[in-house]
Amino acid sequence: MSRKFEVGGGESARRTTGHLGPSTITPSTTSLQPTPPFPSLPFPSLFACLLLPYTLFSPPHYSKSLHSFFKLFFGSARNLTPYLALMDVTLGLLGGGGGSSRASTNESTVSKMEVVEQDFVGLSSEASSYPPVEAELELGLGLSLGGGGAAVKGKPFVWGECRRILTPKDFPSVVSHGSSVSSRFSDRATAVAAVTGTKRAADSVSQEGGSPPSASQVVGWPPIRAYRMNSLVNQTKSQRDEEDKQIGEKDESNDSSKKKIYRNTENTAKEKCHLGFVKVNMDGVPIGRKVDLNAHSCYATLAEMLEDMFFRSTTTVKSMGGEKEQVTKSPKLLDGSSEFVLTYEDKDGDWMLVGDVPWGMFLGSVRRLRIMKTSEANGLAPRFQERNERQRSKPI
Amino acid sequence: MNYFPDEVLEHVFDFLTSHRDRNAVSLVCSLWYRVERFSRQRVFIGNCYAISPEKLITRFPGLKSLTLKGKPHFADFNLVPYDWGGYVQPWIEALAKSRIGLEELRLKRMVVSDDSLELLSRSFANFKTLVLVSCEGFTTDGLAAIAANCRFLRELDLQENEIDDHSGHWLSCFPDSCTSLTSLNFACLKGEINLASLERLVARSPNLRSLRLNRAVPLETLQKILMRAPLLVDLGTGSYVHDPDSETYNKLKTTILKCKSIRNLSGFLEVAPRCLPAIFPICLNLTSLNLSYAAGIHGSELIKLIRHCAKLQRLWILDCIGDKGLEVVASTCNELQELRVFPSDPFGVGHDAVTENGLVAISIGCPKLHSLLYFCQQMTNAALITVARNCPNFIRFRLCILDPTRPDPVTMKPLDDGFGAIVQSCKLLRRLSLSGLLTDQVFLYIGMYAEQLEMLSVAFAGDSDKGMLYVLNGCKKLRKLEIRDCPFGNMALLSDVGKYETMRSLWMSSCEVTLWGCKTLAKVMPRLNVEIINEHDQMEICAEDGQRVEKMYLYRTLVGPRKDAPEFVWNL
Repeated sequence: MSRKFEVGGGESARRTTGHLGPSTITPSTTSLQPTPPFPSLPFPSLFACLLLPYTLFSPPHYSKSLHSFFKLFFGSARNLTPYLALMDVTLGLLGGGGGSSRASTNESTVSKMEVVEQDFVGLSSEASSYPPVEAELELGLGLSLGGGGAAVKGKPFVWGECRRILTPKDFPSVVSHGSSVSSRFSDRATAVAAVTGTKRAADSVSQEGGSPPSASQVVGWPPIRAYRMNSLVNQTKSQRDEEDKQIGEKDESNDSSKKKIYRNTENTAKEKCHLGFVKVNMDGVPIGRKVDLNAHSCYATLAEMLEDMFFRSTTTVKSMGGEKEQVTKSPKLLDGSSEFVLTYEDKDGDWMLVGDVPWGMFLGSVRRLRIMKTSEANGLAPRFQERNERQRSKPI
Repeated sequence: MNYFPDEVLEHVFDFLTSHRDRNAVSLVCSLWYRVERFSRQRVFIGNCYAISPEKLITRFPGLKSLTLKGKPHFADFNLVPYDWGGYVQPWIEALAKSRIGLEELRLKRMVVSDDSLELLSRSFANFKTLVLVSCEGFTTDGLAAIAANCRFLRELDLQENEIDDHSGHWLSCFPDSCTSLTSLNFACLKGEINLASLERLVARSPNLRSLRLNRAVPLETLQKILMRAPLLVDLGTGSYVHDPDSETYNKLKTTILKCKSIRNLSGFLEVAPRCLPAIFPICLNLTSLNLSYAAGIHGSELIKLIRHCAKLQRLWILDCIGDKGLEVVASTCNELQELRVFPSDPFGVGHDAVTENGLVAISIGCPKLHSLLYFCQQMTNAALITVARNCPNFIRFRLCILDPTRPDPVTMKPLDDGFGAIVQSCKLLRRLSLSGLLTDQVFLYIGMYAEQLEMLSVAFAGDSDKGMLYVLNGCKKLRKLEIRDCPFGNMALLSDVGKYETMRSLWMSSCEVTLWGCKTLAKVMPRLNVEIINEHDQMEICAEDGQRVEKMYLYRTLVGPRKDAPEFVWNL
């Protein structure tokens, strides 16, 4: 058996790819709880017997002697799955039945599992110290390490400083998570919904009239490409328009009404084609955001969302024990009371004040938004005061 | 050791087409490295920041075809801010200055400007192929430059890009002498098109085999185009709307009968379902059908259409087809290899949506299935186990339950066993995306069984650092790992720092990793770029190390920290 393993790594070590050989002796094994549905996999039993005492009695983090033990028996075998050797993981739901010559015991496995897991955790570095041969352009990595190929692979199986297992002792200030994390994360969906929704509303498509599962307020979920998301929203809108028109025109003669429908659909669709997410930039802020205009039906909600996005500097959802500072610098974008105004660039490339035209017309011509300093925006606003009055009387 | 002259070696290497094979060959010895490098024409760079254009040019002077990828995958879902990076300009500049005779450029998730396109079009006399997927930053003016200046252009393929459409004229920029087009895809353009120019272009392109139109091309034009290009293999319709009783529609029906070569069909960005019967005759020969943008086709019409498509190998569809529709797919399309079911209403609760039953039906009827992307309302362990048993050939398995932490609705348990069955049964699995309620257990299974796994996407899963550790230790071939909203912290991140040099990249957002953890990692691994994306101005450079990091993206690189990082990206 020892012939299969090269002692001390070296170039050929890289090329050893095979699994450790088939098993002949079958030690007792343990089963996971709950038992997984598939039959167990073969593993090298002799190795397992030797491994067993070490893994049962070795401390969670590695000593040099254990390293050299593994080096002796594994060399550079890449498919190192030692804890498989100790576990007979029968995914029992599929009822794969016998298949394996090993008997699985019914003894409780929890403690053994933990030990095995820890070992498995620790064994990673060795096996991963060899970059895959099938790297794309990373071959440069191997060769540029100074002298042909073997630089990395030639290193003896020693855990260099950079690959040392870092133990809890190394983390001076880490917070021990324990079970609190899982509870925090089981509440994640709702927590995220509550806070991230407001903070990151630009990036998430907010609920359209009605049913908000928490998914709707999570940024980037469901994972659909932004382009597809935009066209989805636009298509729904244009379909609704088409249906409305059909209802309205069903009394007319067939041909002409149908032609009208088709053309109208096209027009509406084209109008709304470029909608969806438009970019928003604010003066003095390096990062732009995106807003989904289809998620709003009036200026008020749009302004509110932008105000949340740009003017409320909140800490992250998961601030550890800290308070959330809600500093609202300057709230109202639309009524001129803040030092910023909301402007947009229309189809012709002109910059206009948001709020002058009816919402639908705005949707049809807006290309992107910009939150401008009021001082710069004065030239855009001949009817500033009148517009302010109108805005104030709008319900919010 | 080498008994052959270099030319013979080169000739042998010509038969090696895959990048991995060529990379392997170049590692054998310095002679092979040299021969391989001079004979290499196609290069794939999965992360544009892993290497510099200069190094690329130095090593491969014979480069003709370059593929580049820029932003991390999660940029598709708006998780990466706008100015993060991924600019193609430095690449094009460097290539233009060199003697490289670039002929093909394929970009994914990169920022492309009009200037870049202009420079590209003027710098390479033999430029033939431009494929842009999920890119942004350019307008139709850039396309006009490509059209006007690339005299031998064969392929212009724009897939799902954000393009500022200044409308219409770019298509007219193809000179009359341009007759070499084989593939033209502008389906993602949102503006008007000069229809007459389009018809003339098609008429003078006898080699055109792939044509995907945008929404602005009406059915009348489609009919005229098909008359001119009956040899099309790949067709994407634009607006497929007309009166089914009209002359035009009848002409279309006759014309389509002549198009016997069509194997890929897509588009239907607008559709009048009553016009669908015209395409039934070509459905029989279709191997690929993409109706994922055809929101106007309802479930029953979809089913009627699918019944004609017995030879389908790839199907992209919306979930309004429903479980019943998937059963029809299962009984009709027994050759199916790739299926993608997209949500038509991602934020509502649709009664037409698909559930686990649809997937199980598919697995029974389509045993050759190897690629799946499935958005659904719910999933059960039993269903996943059944699917795993029926379809052991999965290479890509991506499941997205719309409510991200939903358990098995029948047993109320996590979906660990279901996914465990998938990874155990599908030994060739290379790509996996998880969703639903998941504990550390699923990662244990993945670490144990997913030996070929190269890309893993995780969201809202796991209980502790162990989860991530199982994956890092178990998946030897892992190249890309992307994690969001999971309780993995510094312990998991730092347990095996050498692993990251064997991977292309790692993304962690909304996890428990702190600034200290990232700094430590960066210090210890100089060949990794550890980038923090800081979108809120709270974190300063001397921020507290215990502060959690919102978004971290790290990747291996030969060229150190990038110089084009914006202010909000810190390279530690």
